[in-house]
Amino acid sequence: MAKVLVIHPERCTACRACELACSMKHHGEFNPSRSRIQVNIFLEEAIYIPTTCTQCDQAWCAKICPTNAIVLDEKTLAYKVVDDKCVGCKMCVLACPFGSMVLFPEKGKAEKCDHCLSVDGDPECVKFCTPKALEYLDEDTEVRLRQMATAMKLKETFKEVTVS
Amino acid sequence: MNGWRGHILRVNLTRGTAKKEPLDPKLARAYIGGRGLGTKLLADEIDPKVDPLAPGNKLIFATGPLTGTGASTGGRYMVVTKSPLTGAIACSNSGGYFGPEVKYCGHDFIILEGRAKEPVYLWLDNDRVEIRPAGTLWGKSTHEAEDQLKAETHPEAKVSAIGPAGEKLAFTACILNDKHRAAGRSGVGAVMGSKQVKAIVAKGSQSVTVARPRDFMAASLAVVNKLKASPVTNEGLPKYGTPILVNVINAHGFLPTRNFQQGQFEGAEQVSGETIADTILIKNKGCFSCTIACARVTEVKTGKYKGAGEGPEYESGWALGISTGVSNLEAITKANYLCNELGMDTIEAGVAVATAMELYERGYIPAGDVARPLRFGDAETLVWLIEEMGHRRGFGELAAQGGYRIAERYGHPELFMGSKKQAFPAYDGRGAQGMALGYATSNRGACHLRGYTISVEVFGIPKKMDPFAIEGKAEVSKLFQDVASFVDSCGICLFTTFGIGAEDIVPMLDAATGQGYTLEECLKIGERVWNMERLFNLKAGLSGKDDTLPPRILHEGIPEGPAKGMVGRLGEMLPEYYRLRGWDTAGVPTKAKLKELALA
Repeated sequence: MAKVLVIHPERCTACRACELACSMKHHGEFNPSRSRIQVNIFLEEAIYIPTTCTQCDQAWCAKICPTNAIVLDEKTLAYKVVDDKCVGCKMCVLACPFGSMVLFPEKGKAEKCDHCLSVDGDPECVKFCTPKALEYLDEDTEVRLRQMATAMKLKETFKEVTVS
Repeated sequence: MNGWRGHILRVNLTRGTAKKEPLDPKLARAYIGGRGLGTKLLADEIDPKVDPLAPGNKLIFATGPLTGTGASTGGRYMVVTKSPLTGAIACSNSGGYFGPEVKYCGHDFIILEGRAKEPVYLWLDNDRVEIRPAGTLWGKSTHEAEDQLKAETHPEAKVSAIGPAGEKLAFTACILNDKHRAAGRSGVGAVMGSKQVKAIVAKGSQSVTVARPRDFMAASLAVVNKLKASPVTNEGLPKYGTPILVNVINAHGFLPTRNFQQGQFEGAEQVSGETIADTILIKNKGCFSCTIACARVTEVKTGKYKGAGEGPEYESGWALGISTGVSNLEAITKANYLCNELGMDTIEAGVAVATAMELYERGYIPAGDVARPLRFGDAETLVWLIEEMGHRRGFGELAAQGGYRIAERYGHPELFMGSKKQAFPAYDGRGAQGMALGYATSNRGACHLRGYTISVEVFGIPKKMDPFAIEGKAEVSKLFQDVASFVDSCGICLFTTFGIGAEDIVPMLDAATGQGYTLEECLKIGERVWNMERLFNLKAGLSGKDDTLPPRILHEGIPEGPAKGMVGRLGEMLPEYYRLRGWDTAGVPTKAKLKELALA
């Protein structure tokens, strides 16, 4: 079963702990500009939206890669970059409609979120997200949760209508 | 270096130069950073007798080795200078995102010296530093300035700026970063204004490294889990923010009301954290790397006090509301927004209004001196006067200098509620004796963050002590003062100490820096920092005589409520405090103590 990195922007407090956890996990340093997840902070509107790779089923980054450096990890079913194959051509950066492919000048290779290739535990960003704005859930669990949330809202509406 | 970036950025505004200097590793080890090392650098470089608003004073932006790391709340920076408000050492602490960005640009400290010939701002584009003209920014609010500066530099740049109050050298002026986070107290914004610096703007993409990453992450996660397990840091603060204290302190009977004339406020419920959560609160927000997220994002949607921003925090809502007798939450919130936009410390500004109100009601301020009657509880007057103060217009010209200057001008300095000319925060020391001692002995003037004995006197963290009793308060005050000095030197938030102790911070600091720090050494550093601040003040001309409180606190009992009849028993606690500190009876550190702390 594929797992999904579920993002709940309404729970995010804009602390950016995910960016720090990610840069430490993959670069061994604290540096938000080296993170594969970014918190987009709209101070005026009080809206904070973490964005990262959504692991598209039709992954354009993988399809366009001329060296086949972006492959599906069989255990996690997340797309990962094989460092040895990546030549830093940036085609994936052009192809990704979400800006989820990241490049670091001194490394000369592309990077993307691969859920820390985590099979049993949570990816690093999820571990450090105290408000639970990030969760690592089974794909069907998440879909069902969203269906139930919609149904709950409908139920409340029905109750109001019935009472009045 | 790990933890530290290993660099000081020195900007000479008179000459228009900026250079990067290496950080001395020995000093870093001995004073850590932030408040400790920032104060060490200031004390070594300026004459303590300097006029705080003269070019000879310096303004230091100080991060700690944990700033910009994944340590919970690792986003703090401090502004260290000689205060124009108190004439003593100033160190004001702020969160948000600005501090980490300074480190991602490659610097631990920014030292501003001299005075620019015309208004300028600093643009830190990674290592590159530009001193740019700020003529078109002068006069603008902190929010307008931040928007314009981001447009001129980088949309994700972080900005620390002063408002009109700082430009006009008001002693109540603070420095705001990320629009709503304030390095609030002691008039640090006036020092920035005196140097003609409107703002520092930073955008960096460099890394902060740590010596032992695996240990560091394990220690950080342990702290996160402890903060999650604490009802204060996991529930109280995120849900209700600091204003959760309004009802708590009111119930204890030492919520200072109408310039400390009463200890309970009949309108407390209307301005409580619970009411804020039910009415104006949009959501809670975290500063950088913060797992607590206590900030109040609020909005007044309609009416004459319409606006949006952050706050009021407990101290801000108290100073602008309860201390002025105002119970209109929307007006208090508007006054808070104005303070942030105009660049004023909410505590100092609110208490200034309260001081003026008492002086006016007692007939000490002639009606002709002020355009409106100043009466306790008048919400419209509160909002009006705050705006007048921010622009230093009319009576606001004087009021912007804080309550002490107003009371002194009208011949009644005894009606100013503060210590060392800095206003008290939101706890009446008569009802919490530890706070009375803490206010009197705080090196930066009255302050709740220098030794928060409310932790034991109200919350029972780590143990419960009777707030009315004096037994053991000298000892706990000294300990808390030293611990806070240590925490403020690391670059994390003091609020973590509701859920963790210094013993939980040391493993993070040690894994970050790789210096072999122990708890014992860190507490010794805290004590060293406290004594160093004290020495600065003594050289600046202060003495043990300044470790005092207003006559109202020392001699007039709280009139009613649970703390009825209580006075501040400072005289009984101070000698013991001096003795525990290793100071003589005049409050001067002994040679033996200074030697022990490697300060002599």
